[in-house]
Amino acid sequence: MPDAPEAVGAAGVAGATDAMDATGVVGVAGAAGVTERLPAPGMWATYTMIAGMWIRSTLAYRASFVMMLVGNFLVTAFDFVVIALMFSQVRSLGGYSFAEVAFLYGTSTTAFGLANALLGSIDKLGARVRDGTLDTLLVRPAPVLAQVAADRFGLQRLGRLLQGGLVLGGSLLALHVHWTVLKVLLVPVMLLSGTAIFCAVFVAGAAFQFWAQDAAEVQSAFTYGGQTLLQYPPTVFAKDMVRGVTYIFPLAFVNWLPALYILGRPYPLGLPSWLAFTPPLVAALCLTLAGLAWRVGVRAYRSTGS
Amino acid sequence: MTDLIELDGVEKVFDVRRKTGRWRREKRQVRAVDGISFRVPRGEMVGYIGPNGAGKSTTIKMLTGILTPSAGRIGVAGLDPSRERTKMAQRIGVVFGQRTTLWWDLPLYDSYRLAHRMYRIPDARFRENLDRCVELLDLASLLDVPVRQLSLGQRMRGDIAAALLHDPDVLYLDEPTIGLDVISKAKVRQFLRDLNAERATTILLTTHDLTDIEQLCKRVMVIDHGRLMYDGALAGLHEAGESERTLVVDLERELPPVRAEGARVIKVEGPRQWLAFPASASAAPLVAQIAAEYPLVDLSVREPDIEAVIARMYEGPEVH
Repeated sequence: MPDAPEAVGAAGVAGATDAMDATGVVGVAGAAGVTERLPAPGMWATYTMIAGMWIRSTLAYRASFVMMLVGNFLVTAFDFVVIALMFSQVRSLGGYSFAEVAFLYGTSTTAFGLANALLGSIDKLGARVRDGTLDTLLVRPAPVLAQVAADRFGLQRLGRLLQGGLVLGGSLLALHVHWTVLKVLLVPVMLLSGTAIFCAVFVAGAAFQFWAQDAAEVQSAFTYGGQTLLQYPPTVFAKDMVRGVTYIFPLAFVNWLPALYILGRPYPLGLPSWLAFTPPLVAALCLTLAGLAWRVGVRAYRSTGS
Repeated sequence: MTDLIELDGVEKVFDVRRKTGRWRREKRQVRAVDGISFRVPRGEMVGYIGPNGAGKSTTIKMLTGILTPSAGRIGVAGLDPSRERTKMAQRIGVVFGQRTTLWWDLPLYDSYRLAHRMYRIPDARFRENLDRCVELLDLASLLDVPVRQLSLGQRMRGDIAAALLHDPDVLYLDEPTIGLDVISKAKVRQFLRDLNAERATTILLTTHDLTDIEQLCKRVMVIDHGRLMYDGALAGLHEAGESERTLVVDLERELPPVRAEGARVIKVEGPRQWLAFPASASAAPLVAQIAAEYPLVDLSVREPDIEAVIARMYEGPEVH
């Protein structure tokens, strides 16, 4: 430290630091520090760590947890009640039977339910950017994406998944489908790819919030809205809408295209039926793009801080 | 490697968009940090002060790797903070005075267990560090208490412990005593002093409380308008700013302004008078002089606050 303290203007800064060097203060030897550091935890390890903390947090309020789980189940089940009520009046919807619509509903809700359970609170990112708590995540030695993805992880979200799974199971029993090995295999592939596509939508939406902090509603339109859309057969929607979710925003690959193959239904827009097997590719592409969007978003945040 | 923190000509420029019409937006550049250079040797405890919006927290954010600098070079413990964010995070501890990093609904201990796993702290090391923090920060009875039930002072102590379990080389404290009561402040300061003395942990702290600086830091850096205005000892800062302390005297009755050498009356309110005198001067002779000549009932001395000191620094050449 300089012996003679001096006030420095901008120009005098260099002078002050020189003076400091000249006095040659030596740091205390044997200081804390040069300890060996293990590599920072990866994505999945971070995710499970944080998710585990949130589970413990929710279990601190056991009664409220049970109520939320039941509530989640009932609220999401209401969507299916609406469909069931419709079928009490009509025999088919857009040319699809009750069991077929239930199959679409079950696949859409299960895939979305899984994605939602995994990273449903990632849309709170905008709030974290606004109130500055994102910074506290950036000073931890762990991937930020995993930290935000696991944010507010809650087992009560299993309510939706359970409900979707039950409807899917019921529809599989009620469907009159000639099952082939290919069709049987396609069911889990469809569910996993669908989950991945919805996950990509969640991540991309969150990345967008680095620029537009109030975009959570826009994101909901694509996630929750997309889920609801896919619960109905494509024949009930306008062609342009179907085009949009096929070519531009590939939600059709979540369940429509593979499910129509399983149900032996004609494809919309005259699309070829081999598209039924492309969801894994589409999902991989979506995840890659979402990952890139996330990186760009984080970079933008770290260069602007807002 | 004696300098643990090195900054060379560091700048941070933000684009700020302002609405100037219904559709029109004006883009303006704000230089939050405008060419800052300094070095901090290992084991030093430095106060980093300045008015709100001066660029303090932007500097801290660059040092911790949250923000990337627009220009210049930063090295902390041999790492580039923004390029090697996670590596950097393992070697620093950060405490944001106004934002807790503890888990709100969980017992305090759970937050430490997460740190144990996330920072990959060897078990023995973790135990040792935790025991130490628990003892010195008086946390033993709080470990099982959910964080939401802790008082502000207890939470701050808890946060400081959380930032130290992984043996950081540098501890960044952003307003560590804000909102704390006198006893909590004293505890926190004592702990930081011990930490610095025994472990030689380098500490950089921002604060609004001049007492923090007085009791903790031999060196203080003042930043304003993104520039380093002063870098040196605290005493020198008072001189540089020609800052003044205030002596408040209660007289027996209303009297004309007190005449005392080396002080001037700045305010009179009934029997109470306020006298300003240079912060570098001792209050004792002044008090003795007044007590001898006037019917003195009571008195108190007020320290200048940082804002006042800094404001005075500019009352010379700087115009703004």
